[in-house]
Amino acid sequence: MTELLSVRGLSVDFVTDGGVAQVLDGINLDVGPGEVVGLVGESGCGKTTLARAILGILPTGAARIRGGEVRFKGVDLLREDPAAVNDRVRGRAITFIPQDPYTSFSPVFPVQTQIMDLMKWKSPRADNGGGARSPFRRYPRERWRADREAVLETLRAVQIPEPTRALRRLPHEFSGGQRQRLMIAMALLPQPDLIIADEPTTSLDVTIQAQILRLLRALVKQRGVSVLFTTHDLGTAHEICDRVVVMYAGQEMEAAPATAFFARAAHPYTRRLLASVPSPGGEIRDIPGEVPSLIAPPSGCRFHPRCDYATAECREGRPAPRTLAPEHGVRCYHPVDAPIGADG
Amino acid sequence: MSVTAAPLLEIVDLVRHFPVRNAFGRRTGWIRAVDGVSLAVWPGETLGLVGESGCGKSTLGKTVMGIYTPTAGDIRFAGREIGHLPARERRAVAGDLQYVYQDPGASLDPRWKVVHSLHEPLKIHARLSRAEREREVGAILSAVGLPDAHLDLYPHELSGGQQRRVALARILTLRPRMVILDEPTSGLDVSVQASVLKLFRNLQEAFALTYVFISHDLAVVRAMCARIAVMYLGTIVELGETAAIFEQPRHPYTRSLLAAVPRIGGRRVTLDFALEGEPPNPRDVPSGCRFRTRCPLAQDVCAVEEPRLREVDGRRVACHFA
Repeated sequence: MTELLSVRGLSVDFVTDGGVAQVLDGINLDVGPGEVVGLVGESGCGKTTLARAILGILPTGAARIRGGEVRFKGVDLLREDPAAVNDRVRGRAITFIPQDPYTSFSPVFPVQTQIMDLMKWKSPRADNGGGARSPFRRYPRERWRADREAVLETLRAVQIPEPTRALRRLPHEFSGGQRQRLMIAMALLPQPDLIIADEPTTSLDVTIQAQILRLLRALVKQRGVSVLFTTHDLGTAHEICDRVVVMYAGQEMEAAPATAFFARAAHPYTRRLLASVPSPGGEIRDIPGEVPSLIAPPSGCRFHPRCDYATAECREGRPAPRTLAPEHGVRCYHPVDAPIGADG
Repeated sequence: MSVTAAPLLEIVDLVRHFPVRNAFGRRTGWIRAVDGVSLAVWPGETLGLVGESGCGKSTLGKTVMGIYTPTAGDIRFAGREIGHLPARERRAVAGDLQYVYQDPGASLDPRWKVVHSLHEPLKIHARLSRAEREREVGAILSAVGLPDAHLDLYPHELSGGQQRRVALARILTLRPRMVILDEPTSGLDVSVQASVLKLFRNLQEAFALTYVFISHDLAVVRAMCARIAVMYLGTIVELGETAAIFEQPRHPYTRSLLAAVPRIGGRRVTLDFALEGEPPNPRDVPSGCRFRTRCPLAQDVCAVEEPRLREVDGRRVACHFA
């Protein structure tokens, strides 16, 4: 198995006042070494839940993992000792870029305090082995100096002007784009194998978004880091991803290399999604119906009530993954074999 | 666009500045949110107002709506100056000119049934009998695609999309002539966005509406608007037919803005994207041309002389080198 991350049959339920919501239903997902994978779907499709399940930071009270596995470098993170995952994987081998750079910093500490606090525990030079983690543990001087050098170098890499002075400033003194650059620096500093980026450019303007996407892609390619990039915006996915996975209502529908995805997506949902992007000609096509409730989701393929191609078997059972071309998989009984835009 | 009719809305040299005060309440500067904007909107058209956050597009919309009073300049609506009217007379204009916020559903009172929310504007602004009001509300409700049964529901019993439709119905009960849509689809998924845009189009046809469509999403603006005005730091830098501007932008800022929009299926735009830096603070606007600090074409003259909007190639551009 060459995959870095391999999610198999992952099902997660959330207990809510209205009942048990089946937020993830048997998800499969692979991320290869050095690959940028886009996890695309609309609000409520479970992409953030999937990202959090991989990181092991689902809300403890409400979320229940019903089944499946999350294999990272061959180890199932769901069954591994939580302390070991916390020490070696979360924040070190797998890091995270949040959606909102505004609320992810504490407003009252200078950026340096917050970054060095991260480095104290998650620096590649940190050795937390053995002793219990105590907030009173010293930060060895030597390592602090080495880590700070690494921080300055990474800030230069993400194009923060005057890094030494920048470190003394408070988060509100940075613009949204600059804060997102700081977040990218913090995700790179532990030298991870995988970065999970949760819609990191949603709150930015298009010109800033273009700058950040270009920077992020250049940095991860240069360092050989894999990225799982969740987004609801197909344009963003087109800009940054090597491969795209589409989710709908807690099920993965299709996975394909980016070029094949945007040229010949085969799942009826993916095709409708691509068609609902406003076209230059002014044509607007929506998807009739609404996203289903996850408390009582449709049987079988969860897209069948809104699908033009649905038949009885779509209602009865969920289609097994089927391979259309190398790396192009789809979970549909009636995949469409035509270029995008051909089905009028 | 028909050039024969008079413009429905005409804005002349509109200025709106906000004071910046220190902790002791002393004014330390001005935010020049809207700084000398002139444009006209013709009956039945959709004018797009595009630009990035902080460019003043929402302030412009809100000043036209009367939420802010203009610092200087004129707003003429249907031939009448409305920028400096006393509050009582200004309120009478509200029937003709309406404003839709980003999340219109949030403007519904959670303790009122839909029927109550829809009747309220008619009670305030129109003199109709109860039966006439009911007929009117029924007609509007079906126009936005909701069944009559929804009249007896509370907002929390509706989905987000249905709440949005109710809020639009509420605005339309007064049969306005112009509606200002402020970022009406931002934060929506593409498929939901498509249905909202379709609804706006259908309503425009059914009610002969004129739209001012404020958005930062250029793909949406391109699909919805025949003409667009591109704003940067409180001024319009380019104004004209959407197709022509998308085909061949003349202002360097418009060029960068369009170059940043991903084109699905094409070459990655981020590979060639060249614009560096971020917009300056509107408290501290550069001298001369406001875009010069980031402009690839900037020369000495740009720091000295502020370019005026001038006619170039069938549209208006504010650049010395357009």
